Amino acid sequence: MAGWSKHTGRALALAVDNIDTDQLIPARFMSVPRSDGYGGYLLHDMRRNADEELHPDFPLNRHEDISILVAGQNFGSGSSREAAVYALVDAGIRAVIAPSFGDIFANNAINNGLLPARVSNSTHERLIQTLTDAPAELSVDLPEGRFTLEGRTEKFELDEGWRVKLINGWDDIDLTQQHAQTIRAHRHHRSQTAPWAWPALCE
Amino acid sequence: MTAPRTMLDKLWASHEVLRRDDGVSLLWVDRHLVHEGSHHAFAKLAERGLHVAEPDLTFAVVDHYAPTRDRGRISDPKIARMIQTLRNNAARHNLRIFDLDDPTQGIVHVVGPELGLTLPGLLINCGDSHTSTHGAFGALAFGIGATEVAHVLATQTVWQRKPKAMRITLNGQLGPGVSAKDIALNWIAMLGTGGAQGHAVEYAGQTVRDLSMEGRMTLCNLSIEGGARFGMVAPDEVTFAYLENREHAPNGPDFEAACRTWQKLTTDEGAVFNSDVALDASGIAPTVTWGTSPEQALPVSASIPNPDVMDPAKANAARDALDYMGLAAGRALDGIPVDQVFIGSCTNGRIEDLREAALVLSGRGAKVPGLVSPGSARVKAQAEAEGLDRVFTDAGLEWAASGCSMCVGMNGDLVGEGKRCASSTNRNFRGRQGRGARTHLMSPAMVAAAAVTGTITDVRPFLQGRAA
Ligand code: SF4
Repeated sequence: MAGWSKHTGRALALAVDNIDTDQLIPARFMSVPRSDGYGGYLLHDMRRNADEELHPDFPLNRHEDISILVAGQNFGSGSSREAAVYALVDAGIRAVIAPSFGDIFANNAINNGLLPARVSNSTHERLIQTLTDAPAELSVDLPEGRFTLEGRTEKFELDEGWRVKLINGWDDIDLTQQHAQTIRAHRHHRSQTAPWAWPALCE
Repeated sequence: MTAPRTMLDKLWASHEVLRRDDGVSLLWVDRHLVHEGSHHAFAKLAERGLHVAEPDLTFAVVDHYAPTRDRGRISDPKIARMIQTLRNNAARHNLRIFDLDDPTQGIVHVVGPELGLTLPGLLINCGDSHTSTHGAFGALAFGIGATEVAHVLATQTVWQRKPKAMRITLNGQLGPGVSAKDIALNWIAMLGTGGAQGHAVEYAGQTVRDLSMEGRMTLCNLSIEGGARFGMVAPDEVTFAYLENREHAPNGPDFEAACRTWQKLTTDEGAVFNSDVALDASGIAPTVTWGTSPEQALPVSASIPNPDVMDPAKANAARDALDYMGLAAGRALDGIPVDQVFIGSCTNGRIEDLREAALVLSGRGAKVPGLVSPGSARVKAQAEAEGLDRVFTDAGLEWAASGCSMCVGMNGDLVGEGKRCASSTNRNFRGRQGRGARTHLMSPAMVAAAAVTGTITDVRPFLQGRAA
């Protein structure tokens, strides 16, 4: 996964709270291999009617080339399905700006290079006012934890560890394998102090 | 003297391999449960040519796509492929798989505890947000995404920042017809779906002590609907009695030794929580959801709130929800007609749940069609031994095999567009049970009452003269 520090793109607001992972990608699409691309399933049932036609008034259907989404409270709540993040990333979204995120979703986002940027309610309010049905260019500065819209710069919150990971595009498995010896030692210690932690074998 | 510690502190400390400068911990994973949905993670592993680090600690379960009828012939090729992929991955990595024909197959969060794979003091991961269920045993159990599943497969560890500690204390006796499901819907309605975000919730108090393991699992299961990735209950005699003689639990003197260790996991007197909430359980009534978020829940005697007079922050969501649900503000919840019912899922598909539903349905007929899918093959066998299956089928409901079924509809058990379903599951999200499906969450007993009247209704009158 490639790291990134700065991104400038078209931002659009979707002023809906509690967009859960079942909205982000309905369960019926989750058997598709990732190589097929998940972008077309993003918010599928909000964007399309039962005959698969796009709703003409849905914000993401009206505007193209959006790479930054401003969303409502509790974005990505619900299931652990990483497919919700795949759908966003495959649709070209690089950052989601919202007042709060589902915990597992935010973790998954970081693991796929997607920025879950947390902002205060007042900042969020302004973004919604500016960007509802009116996409505009927004620049994200990851190292500084800031973004700029229409000449005004504001801060966003991001866990420090996550920031470093996004910037470097680090892969956890590589990082962890550097600690293989420490892990082995922990395993040994646990097997001595908590032998019950290994499942009893049975027929 | 060391400072008093919470159960979370103790569990965390015993699993922490190391802590980075930024405060994120690398944790050892004792149990890793995978299912068909883990295909992305196995694909990542294959891409890198990696193996499963600890096959003996990794268990594969067929549940999300498990057909609940006609298991021998799976007609949908997509479903067949998902299950076959899990079989292939389990075979390649030498994992124990609980396959469709296994007498211990079932929903991952039902099977783990049932087989004693779930134990106090363990760290348990699964690529499923309801992994919090296992916390009912005093385990550190949390759901993870596909990248993290791949990481656990490859290293048997997981990176995680320690959550804040939250305690929800419940005292007071639950009224008749009121269960753990109602407790959960109440606290989520009170604190909101983001109310416990970033926290591990420990459920404490006499009401929780008085719950069976099934009830505790239901409570912990729903933690994620309040935003908490972790839910937990301190292990006690109820926990130990449940675990004794389970096949993968330690046995004999090992079991007794383990129990002594597990007893020490409880939160020390005087330990401090970042957030402490108390609730009087005696005031909780049978509860149902009216909207598309678990926090949109009210006692069954209430009326649907009017968004115009609600907290403005919640009003728009409520309007949208009512629009989706086809309901009007001011309407009494009691009496809303339902098209069908569903009893099952990792939230309420255990034997006790089926007993509670059967108690209501016994000798009565269902006015609407419905499906009962036990949480595991073992629950199914037990229910059949007790004659519960007959109660359901005599009432006119369908008795099927176990799996996630209509909780998420991946196996094709769907609620039709615009149809209203009284459901014992955990998510009333839009489209969760099928595109356009309208879900009302409630306890299994309440679902049974809804089946009898064909409407959302208070279960309590149906229990009069019937011993629980
Ligand atoms: S029953 Fe529902 S919530 Fe539980 S594991 Fe299956 S899909 Fe997830």
